[in-house]
Amino acid sequence: MIRVDGRGNSSSLIKVRGLNKTYSRGGEKIQVLQGLNLDVDKGDFVAFMGPSGSGKTTLLNLLGGLDVPSAGSITVDGDEITHMSGSKLTHWRARHVGFIFQMYNLIPVLTAYQNVELPLLLTKLSKSERRKHVETALGVVNLADRMHHYPRQLSGGQEQRVTIARAIVSDPTFLLCDEPTGDLDRKSADEIMALIEELVGKYNKTILMVTHDPVVAARAHTTLHLEKGVLVEGKASPQTVMAGGAA
Amino acid sequence: MKFRRLIFANLFRKKIRLILTIGSFAIALVLFMFLAVVKSAFSRGTEIAGADRLVITNRIGLIQTMPIAYRDKILTIPGVKAVTHNNWFGGVYVEEKNFFPQFAIDVENHRQVMSELVVPEDQWQNFVKDRQGAVVGARTAQRFGWKVGDRIPIKDSLYGTNSTWDFNLDGIYHSDKPGGDESQFWFQWKYFDERVPSFIKSQIGWYVLKLDSPDDAVRVAKAIDGKFANSSTETKTETESAFAAGFAKQFGNIEFLILTIGSVVFFTLLLVTGNTMAISVRERTAELAVLKAIGFTDRSVLFLVLAESMVIALVGGALGLILAAGAIPGVGAALNGLLPPLILSKLTLGLGLSFALLVGAASGLLPGIGAMRMRVVNALRRV
Ligand SMILES: Nc1ncnc2c1ncn2[C@@H]1O[C@H](COP(=O)(O)OP(=O)(O)O)[C@@H](O)[C@H]1O
Ligand SMILES: [Mg+2]
Repeated sequence: MIRVDGRGNSSSLIKVRGLNKTYSRGGEKIQVLQGLNLDVDKGDFVAFMGPSGSGKTTLLNLLGGLDVPSAGSITVDGDEITHMSGSKLTHWRARHVGFIFQMYNLIPVLTAYQNVELPLLLTKLSKSERRKHVETALGVVNLADRMHHYPRQLSGGQEQRVTIARAIVSDPTFLLCDEPTGDLDRKSADEIMALIEELVGKYNKTILMVTHDPVVAARAHTTLHLEKGVLVEGKASPQTVMAGGAA
Repeated sequence: MKFRRLIFANLFRKKIRLILTIGSFAIALVLFMFLAVVKSAFSRGTEIAGADRLVITNRIGLIQTMPIAYRDKILTIPGVKAVTHNNWFGGVYVEEKNFFPQFAIDVENHRQVMSELVVPEDQWQNFVKDRQGAVVGARTAQRFGWKVGDRIPIKDSLYGTNSTWDFNLDGIYHSDKPGGDESQFWFQWKYFDERVPSFIKSQIGWYVLKLDSPDDAVRVAKAIDGKFANSSTETKTETESAFAAGFAKQFGNIEFLILTIGSVVFFTLLLVTGNTMAISVRERTAELAVLKAIGFTDRSVLFLVLAESMVIALVGGALGLILAAGAIPGVGAALNGLLPPLILSKLTLGLGLSFALLVGAASGLLPGIGAMRMRVVNALRRV
């Protein structure tokens, strides 16, 4: 069950309460998130929409432990991450979060295989165990035959699939996708979405995804809209969809 | 090392830049090694000086002399095993630029005190019997292609005899100690004393004495200087290494000069590699941010950057050391005895490698700390 009223039960995998994020720019305070609540269960697939600048990326960064909120709490699988120190948060990220960004963000001088292996270098796995995991992950994204290609030898859609393999290879608790299809043509975007749906349906992954594309958002179980610093359920007002489409 | 592949992949990102950076390391290292070798050539006298030897000079200065009569008085001091004496001749062989040190030596005691300078017994015996005989160090003999039996003309330039003194080369000496001075030219003090004008007769340039034990150095030095205090010719007694250091200073402040040039080399290299590292880190800010996002700690990011600059330093440094090792003997030969022999010791090699690694660490440190402090959200927002 996905809820935004702050009344989810204690079994929620991700529990966000009263989340605030304020930036100050040139002495002026910009309040991006204002008391945001969210509950996500294991296996949920939620899409965030909202106009450009509404705070979608900010929300994902906070959920992924890349940034700290000005107030409020985020609890994942019983761990409150909002009070973790920098290095503890880094270790937490390595274990629990898989990131998929809009720009594929692969290391250009490493092959697909080596890129996917990166998160496993932080674990105690042996070389052969790592190989098994990397090959499995690349198999899931259907790129087993391209594992020794460098990013520049791959298409945009293939690169994004490598990023997905990198995000799932360490079997994280949940995946965060910031406009995963934002840079792709329709056909590649459809392939990526089919893959993400498969991760949810077949592998029971929990996925939180930002998108400005209503077609993409429609694939999720639930679409939430970020409006005035909080999440709201249900159908967006037409101007929200229009503004979001222009992001 | 699990990160090895990542480090090397990053290094080879821009091959030309890598080659240029390694090249500047190698060249700087060659230069550094030359400086270090020249410096050690000048300070070697100090390093290999016998701990059990003292040098006695006139208190006023090295060019002032002392009476020959001091010899017996010095011998009465307990702890003195043997005494020998030298005079500086300072003559010219063919032309001025052929400089090498020429000493009028005390044939009876020289070998006992300067025991590390070895002459074959038969050659020494010929020398002792030959009033106009001479013994020369192997390096100087080689420099001028002299052989035993050669006649060596040396023109007096200090003592006003206005003549060329002819010597017979009776022997060639070698030094027992590696790096020892094999450039000196010795002839008999008796012959010197006969030919110099009367005001210099029975006068000694400096005495060298051998101690029973190095532990006596301070006591004996005090006793000698005390003995001649308040006389018309006071003495200054110091260890041979202190004497050698003072002697090297006559060439000007070589140490300061070399330190200055060395520092310039150091900071230039630091700027070049530091700048390269800074650019190469800035270029991949987003990639480093992604590494941090997926769980690389700040410290491992610092490590990655430092490792890169250290590999450059190590490869460039090693290359420079190899080049230097190959070039230094040739340069030493080309200098033709102008400087003391240039010797690339293990210590100097170690010093060069430390120099390279120090620059490597320093140049990777600032960009590395920058990468370490960089916040993921800001870095990702910039792209
Ligand atoms: N580091 C920052 N400093 C100041 N303002 C920021 C910073 N990061 C984001 N913002 C501002 O916060 C708002 C939300 O940004 P963001 O979360 O990127 O929106 P979205 O992803 O929905 O487009 C924007 O107005 C943006 O300019
Ligand atoms: Mg955004």
